[in-house]
Amino acid sequence: MTPAIKVWSLHLLVLALLFAAQFVLPPYHATNLARIMVLAVFAMGYNIAFGYTGLLSLGHALFFAAGMYAMGLSAWHLDAQAWPALIAGLIAGGAIAGAVGLLALRAVGVSFMIVTLMFAQAGYLTLLYLNSWTGGDEGFVIAQNARVLSGFDMATDTPRFVAAFVLFAVGLLACLWLVRSPFGRVMIAMRENEERSRMLGYSPFHVKLTALVLSGVYAGAAGAAYGMLFGYVGATFATIQYSILPMLYVLLGGAGTVLGPFLGALIMFYLIDITSAYTDAYFFVVGAALVGLVLFAPQGILGALRERVLKWLP
Amino acid sequence: MLRVDGITAGYGPVTILRDLSFKAEAGQVTCIMGRNGVGKSTLMRAIIGLVPVQSGQITLGKVALHALPPHQVPVQGVAYVPQGRRLFGPLTVAENIEIGLLARKKGPQRRDYVLDLFPRLRERLDQVASTLSGGEQQMLAIARALCLEPEVMLLDEPSEGLQPSMITLIHETILRLRESGIAIILVEQRVDSVLRVADHVAFMANGRVETVVPRSDLAPDSMLFRDYLGV
Repeated sequence: MTPAIKVWSLHLLVLALLFAAQFVLPPYHATNLARIMVLAVFAMGYNIAFGYTGLLSLGHALFFAAGMYAMGLSAWHLDAQAWPALIAGLIAGGAIAGAVGLLALRAVGVSFMIVTLMFAQAGYLTLLYLNSWTGGDEGFVIAQNARVLSGFDMATDTPRFVAAFVLFAVGLLACLWLVRSPFGRVMIAMRENEERSRMLGYSPFHVKLTALVLSGVYAGAAGAAYGMLFGYVGATFATIQYSILPMLYVLLGGAGTVLGPFLGALIMFYLIDITSAYTDAYFFVVGAALVGLVLFAPQGILGALRERVLKWLP
Repeated sequence: MLRVDGITAGYGPVTILRDLSFKAEAGQVTCIMGRNGVGKSTLMRAIIGLVPVQSGQITLGKVALHALPPHQVPVQGVAYVPQGRRLFGPLTVAENIEIGLLARKKGPQRRDYVLDLFPRLRERLDQVASTLSGGEQQMLAIARALCLEPEVMLLDEPSEGLQPSMITLIHETILRLRESGIAIILVEQRVDSVLRVADHVAFMANGRVETVVPRSDLAPDSMLFRDYLGV
């Protein structure tokens, strides 16, 4: 079996298992899985920027919130239907990422991280400031008629799961195609060494900006879908916590692996879900798990697996 | 022809190259020699655009390379193989070559030409670059640079740290590239290597090219080697 067949078989198998999961999981866990798949799309976007291109951002909450608010505000103020609202969210994520990138990519490394954090904080404060338009801290609920997608009501379990699955499947396969494409190789080259890439004739600014916009499109799509599927838009999703979460998912699952963001989101979600039932200090347990991970498998779970066993894993 | 006319260049406030001039002709190998720290690698980096030129000009034909952003210099036909090879370690041999081909949108013909020069790489296309031997890594670094179909090739100590058989192979490759009409600028410390492949030798001291001598005027025990290298 060639590596390409192995790669596509593995990813299609994961998708098949996820689709089948809705028929065997209890409703609570099926809803959790839908939430995890949407968050995994957000993390996949983060992985394109960080895992494949080496852009350590602390501003992805802004892109997620841009998608969520573009969807929600167009439904609330413009009475937009579900599809146009979703597309507005996707475009907003990419456009905001592009605008941020034009300025932030003049900085590198830690400076880039701080600039993106500042942009995200400015975005969060803007949402609070414009509270008559955005609902401020309390946010707003998406009207029922704006949650009907192609005739299916996203407030009900099965359509919501299927919609989350379709978004996840499209995101996963597009990401797999991207990282195996020539541009994907160039992104990795840029991550490995900017100067070497420049010596071959690549413009670091253009490659990184393109990667950041793609990352923003993923984050925007995830934000818009999250708001629509779960019916709520709020400023909480623009806080720094939502910039850190995709980073943790990616680090846990394996930066620079296509399935890593999903695995990281799955484990982290249930780690928080389970430990929060026993203690209020559940973030302490999460922190301890991450310290252990950094010490014993700094490449993340799939990164370590790729290094030792599955060398063909993308 | 690549011309370097009176360039001054360095890192921030530190000037390394001072009013340096020399030229490299198509189908010729120009070796740059000099003691450590004299600015040989800085010269290479200035030509490729990685070190800003404060004054003077670097031109390839009618194109002023020093006025271009660094990533546009390779696109003009200048390829650089830096000291220490600097491959993309996690990528395979095939992927490293693919990245080189993409930069100037070269197709399978160029890929085949490059792999024909280095048949050993063809056998290792799926091998991760960081796991290659030192000699194979050097071959890949040169192959990747050749994917740009360069008019000028800058090679910074390509024989450094290689076993004798690999050095011979690298020399043979350089001579084949010269025959194909590429202008080669080679930074080299080994006298035997220089005498084998050079057409001209440019000796550097104090940030300048102080003298350029045809290969035919040099012998292993020439005073110039003693004066400029201390050997």
